[in-house]
Amino acid sequence: MTELSKKVIDGDQRSIARLITLVENNAADAVETMKKIHSHTGNAQVIGVTGVMGSGKSSLIFELALAYRAEGKKVGIIAIDPTSPFSGGALLGDRIRMTELSTDDGVFIRSMGTRGMMGGLTGALYDVVEILDAAGMHVILIETVGVGQDEVDIVKIADTTLVVLVPGLGDSVQTIKAGLMEIADIFVVNKADKPGVEQTIAELESMLDLVGHLDHRTPIVATSAKNKKGIKLLTSKITEHQEYLKKSNAFEIRRRQRYEAELVEIIRKRLMDFIFDEKKLKTTVDSCIDQISKKELDPYSAADQILGKILR
Amino acid sequence: MKKIRVLVAKPGLDGHDRGAKIVARALRDAGMEVVYTGLHQTADQIVNTAIQEDVDVVGLSLLSGAHMTLFIDVAVLLKEKKMDDVLIVGGGIIPEEDVPALRKAGIAEVFGPGTPVDDIVRYIKKNVKR
Repeated sequence: MTELSKKVIDGDQRSIARLITLVENNAADAVETMKKIHSHTGNAQVIGVTGVMGSGKSSLIFELALAYRAEGKKVGIIAIDPTSPFSGGALLGDRIRMTELSTDDGVFIRSMGTRGMMGGLTGALYDVVEILDAAGMHVILIETVGVGQDEVDIVKIADTTLVVLVPGLGDSVQTIKAGLMEIADIFVVNKADKPGVEQTIAELESMLDLVGHLDHRTPIVATSAKNKKGIKLLTSKITEHQEYLKKSNAFEIRRRQRYEAELVEIIRKRLMDFIFDEKKLKTTVDSCIDQISKKELDPYSAADQILGKILR
Repeated sequence: MKKIRVLVAKPGLDGHDRGAKIVARALRDAGMEVVYTGLHQTADQIVNTAIQEDVDVVGLSLLSGAHMTLFIDVAVLLKEKKMDDVLIVGGGIIPEEDVPALRKAGIAEVFGPGTPVDDIVRYIKKNVKR
């Protein structure tokens, strides 16, 4: 396994891809390698791109990747699409918009299914970000699944979160709803070649007027990924946001939040594995469920019993 | 949990992707993760995608008649990049007499028009190499 971690740190594409598969499949063999690469991480700029489905996230990421490549930066892209809750399968189609990047050695793209994770992300995402970071990517772009209104987990992992909107999504009340509209570091109004873009921007502006904190007003950038318009402005706003984070202590706070979320996720997974392992607590859990159904035990006391076995 | 990952790709210049999409959908419904790349892929693009996505299966669809060149290019390049544990299958308009040469080049199976999608699912599940 030391061999694999070395190759990943050297940026070998095949090894990066293998390690991602290992962490996705939750294989125990990945743990030792993940331990070894952590000290090589922390340098990548992590940008989350979220928004409703069909807002042009993939095309926008393609344009951003081209812009960062022109600056000589290595780019990792994680493109997440939904896993079917019925079959467990997934159709991962984000690469369709990124074809030209697939022969560029300085770009690594990985398509992932959500595999039952809520919040628009995938369970192995923290690990995959660590892997691409350790492999020397300067920028990591994460495309969430097309989200609704409250899938906001991307903020736990991204340094900068772009919320992508398109003209004509709804009236001004939509912009003051909770959730998605609260997580943007930058609003992107994509498909700005379509009518209604001024109105969308005006509604966002008036929403921002109502927001209290004034030290960093969330920028709004109109883009047209199709016509390659507004991309330069967007990358400069991303850079400005990074500088703002680093000047304040917000950067440290965000990174701590990411590691906290990652740590909690690892513990949660291990606990679940322990509780539902046939050789460990599974029999206790099953007998508790039997007793709960027969009203011999209530769920809270059952939880006390199970946790008691872990914490003793 | 291990899932079978499949790349469904259309090499070459024909624009007929309905078959590829139907197969992609069927594999999805069979619980596989299907990376779909769209039209007009070069052998280089397909092989690089297969590496980055670490797929177990590469499925190629082609209806233009250039399969003897393009399918074989992909197979050769995959082997060159040491991706020889990947199962390669093909589909589209492929004359029966071309199939033995394709098999020899490393295309494990060729599925012609009218193949029930369940046959393809079953074949992949049975023959996936890892």
